[in-house]
Amino acid sequence: MATTTMQKNGIDFSVLTVGLFVGVFTLLALMVAAWSPDPLFNIHGWLSLGMSLVAILAICFWAANRKDGKLFDETQYEDTLIKWGVGVSMFWGVVGILVGFVIAMQLTFPSLLYFEEFGFLNFGRLRPLHTSAVIFAFGGNVLLATSFHVVQRTCRTRIAGGMWPWFVFWGYQAFIVLAATGYVMGVTAGREYAEPEWYVDLWLTIVWVAYLLVFLGTIWKRKEPHIYVANWFYLAFIVTIAMLHIVNNLAVPISPLSSQSVSLMAGVQDALTQWWYGHNAVGFFLTAGFLAIMYYYIPKRAERPVFSYRLSIVHFWALIFIYIWAGPHHLHYTALPQWAQTLGMTFSIMLWMPSWGGMINGLMTLSGAWDKLRTDPVIRMMVVSLAFYGMSTFEGPLMSVRAVNSLSHYTDWTIGHVHSGALGWVGFISFGALYCLAQWMWKRDRLYSANMVEWHFWTATIGIVLYICSMWVSGIMEGLMWRAYNEFGFLEYTFVETVEAKHISYIIRSLGGLLYLVGALIMSFNIYMTAKGKTRKGEEDHVHAPTNDGIPARAEAVPAE
Amino acid sequence: MALFDKHALLEKHSMLLTVGILVVVAIGGIIEIAPLFYLSNTIERVNGMRPYTPLELAGREIYVREGCYVCHSQMVRPLRDEVERYGHYSLAAESMYDHPFQWGSKRTGPDLARVGGKYSDEWHMDHMRNPRSVVPESIMPPYTFMVDRPLDFSQVQQTMQAMRLVGVPYTDAMIENAEYDLLAQANPDFYPNSGDYDGALVDRYTEASGREGTVTVRAFDGDAENITEMDAMIAYLQMLGTLVDFETYEADSLQNRR
Repeated sequence: MATTTMQKNGIDFSVLTVGLFVGVFTLLALMVAAWSPDPLFNIHGWLSLGMSLVAILAICFWAANRKDGKLFDETQYEDTLIKWGVGVSMFWGVVGILVGFVIAMQLTFPSLLYFEEFGFLNFGRLRPLHTSAVIFAFGGNVLLATSFHVVQRTCRTRIAGGMWPWFVFWGYQAFIVLAATGYVMGVTAGREYAEPEWYVDLWLTIVWVAYLLVFLGTIWKRKEPHIYVANWFYLAFIVTIAMLHIVNNLAVPISPLSSQSVSLMAGVQDALTQWWYGHNAVGFFLTAGFLAIMYYYIPKRAERPVFSYRLSIVHFWALIFIYIWAGPHHLHYTALPQWAQTLGMTFSIMLWMPSWGGMINGLMTLSGAWDKLRTDPVIRMMVVSLAFYGMSTFEGPLMSVRAVNSLSHYTDWTIGHVHSGALGWVGFISFGALYCLAQWMWKRDRLYSANMVEWHFWTATIGIVLYICSMWVSGIMEGLMWRAYNEFGFLEYTFVETVEAKHISYIIRSLGGLLYLVGALIMSFNIYMTAKGKTRKGEEDHVHAPTNDGIPARAEAVPAE
Repeated sequence: MALFDKHALLEKHSMLLTVGILVVVAIGGIIEIAPLFYLSNTIERVNGMRPYTPLELAGREIYVREGCYVCHSQMVRPLRDEVERYGHYSLAAESMYDHPFQWGSKRTGPDLARVGGKYSDEWHMDHMRNPRSVVPESIMPPYTFMVDRPLDFSQVQQTMQAMRLVGVPYTDAMIENAEYDLLAQANPDFYPNSGDYDGALVDRYTEASGREGTVTVRAFDGDAENITEMDAMIAYLQMLGTLVDFETYEADSLQNRR
């Protein structure tokens, strides 16, 4: 067989195809660098060229150092990739939270933190950097790493595609670098949470299709008859994000050599498409994907089975069906027809139930193991993430009611709501999974320090509480001030009076963000020391934590889900 | 229950599961979005609406580039306080040429859907250069660099062509004369010997609008010699929400006090 001979010579079919692929992109990047009259596109051409060349060199070095002829050992799990994923997730997490803290401070002390000479550091350019860094760079990498981990373990087989999972991983990092540098330089499509321009979108589409095929390919060679529930959620996340990403980013480049494009749709059609995308970036990226994490890591860490199989079926299908409808609640009282607004609101309220179905299934998995809340701070972190999930999925339907939305829309309340979901739910479940992975992937008995997880937990929790409370106060206050009338029937406040009134809230919000950042730094140190195999002095036999997912030497040796 | 047992089929066949997911998640979007391309109140034409002039378009691109939409909405809701604070509520038709739309989702600063004509050009200059010089409590970033940075309009013609491709009714004349029109709008003396050139700009876009007075020609940043990013930015801000004539509209009538 050709493949086997090639493998003996140190070359594998997937390495060839990835190499060929990267080669094509090197040429495209070279063309852009050489010919594009658009200076910003030109910079991205050079940047892509640099990244492609590094990738080619890396592949060559890697292949040259594989003398044993076994490039991808089918009897072993691919865990190196997941270790990379853990490291990169922490890196982007800290960067994203740091940028968030900086822009919170800009709104608090504008005279101190804006620089006339550095227009590219203005709020308008850094805010997309913050949102994309935390959602797509941090969240996306957590999802990549955990999905690659979970799908291997629950299918009891090595990840499919040889080098392709590595292409997905590094291709995704290239997407992040292009998107982030683009925002700062002013390359943007001007769509919230979908700011990357057309060529970055196309690149992500390629990476994403490869991701879907790698994920499905692993499922196809599974050694378990059933596809485990976590994989349903990962699959829904991957498939739906592909659909949303492609439709929402339909655009016509003004020239193949320009970074700019015009969106296919305009006005009201564009608005609803964008929020159909925007709300389901929340629904499928930040919810379905992270529910998949919940369905694997909580049962594993608690050493208990998932509470209810039937509930997982019901809430899975209900969640993905209903979520898609909820987008119009971002457009209440706008020029969008009212029937569409009403549909969006109705489905948003219905969405409360499948959301809480997931929360209940996760929480009740702790049945018979509630003592672990006391003994294992990692479990506590994941359980509190479910509490925040329950809270923000109650708050969301509430805010989607037209009457409530007329007050809350355009205000800081929305910002607070997003952060209770993002910091509380997405952040904490990710941190929990990363702590598990640090311990399991590097095959350690325990984390470097359980006490530091405690410190992380409490600084981050206090940070979230400060953040969301200050945003409730400032959001509801400004909403009420905007609509306040004096006794003569005139508007009581000018707009800027409402801005001034929010100053104290903004200080508290910044403080909350700073605490959350400190927590993330504590975690990074803890995970780094865990990977190095250290244990903090005095904690050698401090806490019981499940040591593994079997610590399998061979794929076949792993117990079934 | 028998129904739950049947679910095992999906758990054993990955392609059934994948297609099942795709079908289930496609329904909601199709039902909500597709009708918007056919319903009369989302595709109606309103007298006064016209495509952006090249200078306004360049300003709009700076607006998008700087991420103004993350703090400023362009969508006045039909609520009493908003109509009194910002003006007539926004119509769907008013953003029909916005590729992409810029309705926004947050008002860290005020709504800008009808900011056109509300302040003088000089006020905008001072405000963009240093927002706190005119509004001491403002938390907006300074855009000082726009004052001196020459406007790069080398791609404006291509942008208009792409927009025509997606349905914006730019005429051949508009696209052919894009760069001249841009220069002429920011400099009243651009053609000292043939005064009809800027007239041609005004005629072209007035005809598209169907209403007099929607195109203004002046040195927006006070300096007719150099076309800067500030010219484009102010030209865009000063036309926002001014195309449709709302003079016949009665803000105080009962039906508008919803």
